[in-house]
Amino acid sequence: MKLTVEQVRHVATLARLSLTPEEEERYAEQLSAVLEAVALLEELDVSEVEPTSHATLTSSLPREDVTRPSLPPEKALANAPARVGTSFAVPKILE
Amino acid sequence: MPLSDFQPVIGLEVHAQLLTNSKIFCACSTEFGAAPNHNTCPVCLGLPGVLPVLNARVVEFAIRAGLALECTVKKTSVWSRKNYFYPDLPKGYQVTQYDQPICEHGKLSIDTPEGEKVVRILRIHMEEDAGKSVHDASAKESLVDLNRAGVPLLEIVSEPDLRSADEAVEYLKALRDVLVYLGVNDGNLEEGSFRCDANVSVMRKGATVYGQRVELKNINSFRFIKQAIEYEVARQVDVLESGGKVDQETRLFDANRGETRSMRSKEEAHDYRYFPEPDLPPLHVTDAQLDEVAQSLPELPRAKLTRFTSQYGLPEYDARILCAERPLADYFEAVAQHFKDYKKLANWFLGELLRLLKDEGGSITTLRFTTVQFANLLGAVEQGKISANAGKDVFGEMFRTGKEPEAIIAEKGLAQVSDVGAIEAVVDEVLGKNAGEVEKYKAGKKQIYGFFVGQVMKAMKGKGNPALVNELLKKKLGE
Amino acid sequence: MQPTELTLLELAEKLAAREVTSLEVTQACLSRIAQVDGKVKAFLRLDESGALAAAEASDARRGKGNPLGPLDGVPVAVKDIFLTEGVETTCASRILQGFHPPYDATTVRLLKEAGMPILGKLNQDEFAMGSSNETSACGPCHNPWDVTRTPGGSSGGSAAALAAREVFGTLGTDTGGSIRQPAAFTNTVGLKPTYGRVSRFGVIAFASSLDVPGPLARTVGDVAALLQVLARHDPRDSTSVPVEVPDYSADLEHGVAGLKLGVPREYFTEGMDPEVEAAVREALKVYESLGATLVDVSLPHTKYALATYYLIAPAEASSNLARYDGVRYGLRARDAKGLKEMYGLSRDQGFGPEVKRRIMLGTYALSAGYYDAYYLKAQKVRTLIREDFNRAFQQVDALVSPTSPVPAFKLGEKVEDPLSMYLMDVFTLPCNLAGLPGLSLPGGFTKGGLPIGLQLMGRPFDEAKLLRIGRAFEREHDFVRRQAPL
Repeated sequence: MKLTVEQVRHVATLARLSLTPEEEERYAEQLSAVLEAVALLEELDVSEVEPTSHATLTSSLPREDVTRPSLPPEKALANAPARVGTSFAVPKILE
Repeated sequence: MPLSDFQPVIGLEVHAQLLTNSKIFCACSTEFGAAPNHNTCPVCLGLPGVLPVLNARVVEFAIRAGLALECTVKKTSVWSRKNYFYPDLPKGYQVTQYDQPICEHGKLSIDTPEGEKVVRILRIHMEEDAGKSVHDASAKESLVDLNRAGVPLLEIVSEPDLRSADEAVEYLKALRDVLVYLGVNDGNLEEGSFRCDANVSVMRKGATVYGQRVELKNINSFRFIKQAIEYEVARQVDVLESGGKVDQETRLFDANRGETRSMRSKEEAHDYRYFPEPDLPPLHVTDAQLDEVAQSLPELPRAKLTRFTSQYGLPEYDARILCAERPLADYFEAVAQHFKDYKKLANWFLGELLRLLKDEGGSITTLRFTTVQFANLLGAVEQGKISANAGKDVFGEMFRTGKEPEAIIAEKGLAQVSDVGAIEAVVDEVLGKNAGEVEKYKAGKKQIYGFFVGQVMKAMKGKGNPALVNELLKKKLGE
Repeated sequence: MQPTELTLLELAEKLAAREVTSLEVTQACLSRIAQVDGKVKAFLRLDESGALAAAEASDARRGKGNPLGPLDGVPVAVKDIFLTEGVETTCASRILQGFHPPYDATTVRLLKEAGMPILGKLNQDEFAMGSSNETSACGPCHNPWDVTRTPGGSSGGSAAALAAREVFGTLGTDTGGSIRQPAAFTNTVGLKPTYGRVSRFGVIAFASSLDVPGPLARTVGDVAALLQVLARHDPRDSTSVPVEVPDYSADLEHGVAGLKLGVPREYFTEGMDPEVEAAVREALKVYESLGATLVDVSLPHTKYALATYYLIAPAEASSNLARYDGVRYGLRARDAKGLKEMYGLSRDQGFGPEVKRRIMLGTYALSAGYYDAYYLKAQKVRTLIREDFNRAFQQVDALVSPTSPVPAFKLGEKVEDPLSMYLMDVFTLPCNLAGLPGLSLPGGFTKGGLPIGLQLMGRPFDEAKLLRIGRAFEREHDFVRRQAPL
């Protein structure tokens, strides 16, 4: 499985990574090598096998519907790169 | 080809905010209207290292809705991550249910001009809401408030069974009534706690394959839903009529212009990369849990309506109004325990009680008088102790003060005179004083009868029992 | 003898006997760090004032005769992946520079509640993605046994700090071998507990279905004592399992007589360093001489584990790392024009090459059209790998293997070749895929003086038996007493 630079660019867009052209080239090559290695799985027939999505299947214990105090807003926003009042500020969202 | 040659096909996706105290995966309050980011914690802020812990009541509410909508409740359902970037989505993914939702294959009946129609429900699943972005027109920035992030939602998806905007509105009203009855949602479209997206397509009548569907978003009132769907149907028909092709797209409804418009086309197609949420094991629902919820299900609006018409013999119009809200229906049934003329009782509900609540405020659950007092007042009117008009005054006073009806009647001197002798004396006096009019009446000027009634009532300060006054007057006038 | 040369349990005894104070020991650790960490670079950040205050508080409790527990006053340190309230936590990434968490990880809280001063935050691979500690945005950590070599990764700092005698116990995380391989490279003991045994709350997620926090220390007994503090059901972690916590020290000295130890043939393959193989074969003989029965077992799907892991882990990582978007915390690119550019530039500048590589790989494996062929397929093979282990554990009490096919390699040797780097995890990651406990302990040295790790793998929640088997071997040697030539 060989990954093209166009595919790399598409994946980078999905992942919100602005890659440089050099990075695109390099990742196309390196990811292709990894995909070649994982192609090993193709030799296995798993049509009858259930997938494992969790390491433990133990049902979790749900929480009672009780509120606890939230963070004070000063703490909630303490690490914010930009804020206005108690809101996080981001470059304007155009739809 | 005119519009009528086309068949609209509509499916609705409703997002209903659940009436829990705390958010779906953390213990922050779901309260509406707090200052920005005041109801947030590491979990709903999506800080590094946090993990979701499911709110048990969300599951209970989902099962409640599922059973009420006659769905199959799945023994095992699975949480998934829906991945996309948006500033109000703190983790970069939404925790939702995807290919294994908690409820499937239900139905909801609605009324149409052709009679009852069953709309199939495809699925119901649980998910977390996103936060809110505020776009200030003047500024270069958007502001992000995550108070709403993590508020629990039910997404209820119908099959494309609806065939007109009116049916869509009927379906939404019926669904809202059910959810409000179940106590899982407040049914508030304006505040966004009951939101609707519509999938709309059109096909030529008689066709068997649906047309290309368009998703309409941002519709927040029943009126707008009708407008938006009707606009969109007409638009699609226009496109097809002029030889064009309907694009698969998402359109926003602009309430100010009453039209839908295309959302700026996405630079790349959506690819949400759903996969099972590793931080939450699959959800198991036990038979015991199902039974418990089933036991606690209230009577649903349609069933209650049918029962009100049969059990109380009420016209459908009255029953509909009484059953529109569960507390009103419950209250009616409580008073009906003590007053058996149900139609008269319904008249008082529809006339006086609802009017007072509307004009003077208050709610059915905080009335100042008891069901017995209400029934006693109606009894007094029934037995002619007071006139119907006086009854309304007394009722108003009870509504405002919570005083006993008997006390108000006494205080205001509203008790009716039903003593035949007393009334007869007044009638004699009035007829004696107005001998001229009596002559005219007897000569055939029947229309002045009302004058005699008025004079008697005036002399009795309005307290004469109208039936007796009439009876005695007519007798004395030789009728 | 310097107090820093004591083992954790020896120190605990001396603290209990009031022969030494926590303050003295904490200060000794800090001076040892000042003395050698310039060469090792195990610490990214110290919290001197916090540690000294905790030490004084501990001494005060000891003075009043009411310590919080047997480890009250024993200094520890944690990998930078653990959130520490008010103390900068970066996961060795530029994207989290300056991030001060408003809360403690559950595990950090448990250490504090046990009275243990936390000296600071330890070096690691960026977001735990690496096997050599070289992807750290703060520069690599060095192996105290040979500072030109890697201490392993991703918990390189957690292992190196112990080998350098800077601290008595540390926390690491293990997603594909990140506790055990560094332990193997540094002559220390590292335990990856069963998935669900130790809380992940407050541990920065790499691959959620594989990540497990666990302890590292210099002896098996030390690790058992730390596990006793950490093993707890946590209601804040839905994958934390509410099973009873045994007394991990109770059976520690009970030996291996009568136990059946499986030797998985797929773990003795070509490409393995002959000295590593020889050391493990020697260890097996020791076990046999101690009364254990060796059983030849097969885990037939082992060769698929690497491919499976390198689809599942990056896929989960691509989603877990989406939250680093420059909106609420962390690095935000300056001068970005518009939101989209802010996202792209912040993430491109904030993440290092290996992290980006894995985000790309994982995004691809989950994307439309590839999900079934890659991610779903890998999840199904994961089932086969679990079943291999289930079958083996019907026959045996534990499995014995090398931890890593090679001893510590040179820094810079594999950086440019991701695939050969990924191969370093080939013996450790099956445990993660199956959710099982794994222990790495000193298994000897190469002729060149590099440590070799012995790996034990056990049944779910059977950490006590792994520790007991590990201790039986440890007793027969003086490996843990050997000191790195710093």
